Amino acid sequence: MEQALEAEGLGKRYGRTWALQDCSLQLPPGRVAALVGPNGAGKSTLLHLAVGLLKPDSGRVRVFGREPRGGPEVLDEIGFVAQDTPLYRDFTARELISLGGRLNRRWDAALARDRLSALHIPPDRPVGKLSGGQRAQVALALALAKRPRLLLLDEPVAALDPLARREFMQALMGAVAESETTVLFSSHLLAELERTCDHLIVLQTAHVQLSGSVDELLDGHRLLIGPRDAATPAGVDKVVRAAHTERQSTLLVRSRALPAPASGWTEHEVGLEDLVLAYLADAETREAETAWEVTA
Amino acid sequence: MPVIEFVLDGRSRVATYMQLVLQVKQALRVGLLRPGDRLPRVREVAQSLAINPNTVHKAYRELELEGLAEGRPGVGTFVVNTLAGPSLASQGELREELVVWLGKARKAGLSREDIAALIDTTMRSDFEPPAPQDLAAPADSRGA
Repeated sequence: MEQALEAEGLGKRYGRTWALQDCSLQLPPGRVAALVGPNGAGKSTLLHLAVGLLKPDSGRVRVFGREPRGGPEVLDEIGFVAQDTPLYRDFTARELISLGGRLNRRWDAALARDRLSALHIPPDRPVGKLSGGQRAQVALALALAKRPRLLLLDEPVAALDPLARREFMQALMGAVAESETTVLFSSHLLAELERTCDHLIVLQTAHVQLSGSVDELLDGHRLLIGPRDAATPAGVDKVVRAAHTERQSTLLVRSRALPAPASGWTEHEVGLEDLVLAYLADAETREAETAWEVTA
Repeated sequence: MPVIEFVLDGRSRVATYMQLVLQVKQALRVGLLRPGDRLPRVREVAQSLAINPNTVHKAYRELELEGLAEGRPGVGTFVVNTLAGPSLASQGELREELVVWLGKARKAGLSREDIAALIDTTMRSDFEPPAPQDLAAPADSRGA
């Protein structure tokens, strides 16, 4: 199957620091994917590489099988809403829609107009004078007017208040249902992920920590609680995170199928938020350990 | 206009798609949804609840698998079965009687909690199995 987005050993370096390193992932078409990780993890770098604004220093990235820097045909397939929705602030929404028509080869101006009119956004006021939520809606409408097969959004709701955030997600999910476009959006709001995304990419310290369909990731992880110092139950592929008290161990493990609950252990399902946090904490611990060994 | 509108419980541990499935089943049980009704369109549900349309598809597929709904390409997903028992016909009348009774209870000075407690205790004594040995160990009858 042709992937909407595919990276193989993808890396980008600024000076001597790798902003993204050895990144391999696949995003099948039709998914709504969240890209999560702390600030500086490499989220924006990955999105900029995918849209061809940055050139890889290693590996490669492909959108529907083609390199985004390979020519304008690929860019026709990609919609991009950059962080803080940068728009020409003196332009009105109406002007931006007709400007988009001149700058893009595929352009559905009526779609953008209909969306903005349904949201009661004034067409003739400079977008710099609109509220943050309205400006984000204008940016989304412009990105959708390209009728993209892959829509990339960098922290689309980070700067919005809760109401505007909800309205933006409503508009985005409605648009996904209508157009069946593949979506990848970065966010550090974990609580809402379970409702909005069916695919997850966790980035930290320039590396992919976790990537895959949400259902498979949740199926493939378990929380085990058992006596301290007991042997790790059979069937566990990897212990992602372990916490111990004097008598009890709590393990978040990756495992395909646990045969039968080993004696003394109880098995629990893991929520998406807990899973993400466990991987982020694990990566942070490893990084700190490496750093301290180097300086010691 | 859609026949029913979905709501989500943000604090529930039940998966989002299952919450949708359970709401349809509840609506079928009380006769709010009937065979022939069209379920809300995927886009409407995704937009109003700000949830992934794939989640709505998943819920509707589950209802199809259980033989309760049927997708008609390009038209929508329709209810083809019901969960309402034969008791449904008499529910309207019973409800009216209950409304009259609730009015009496309020007039007698009972608060909402008083009424709920009265109904609860009455139901418990009334439904108390006459022959417990016939039932498969009801957990709460042991302490009674």
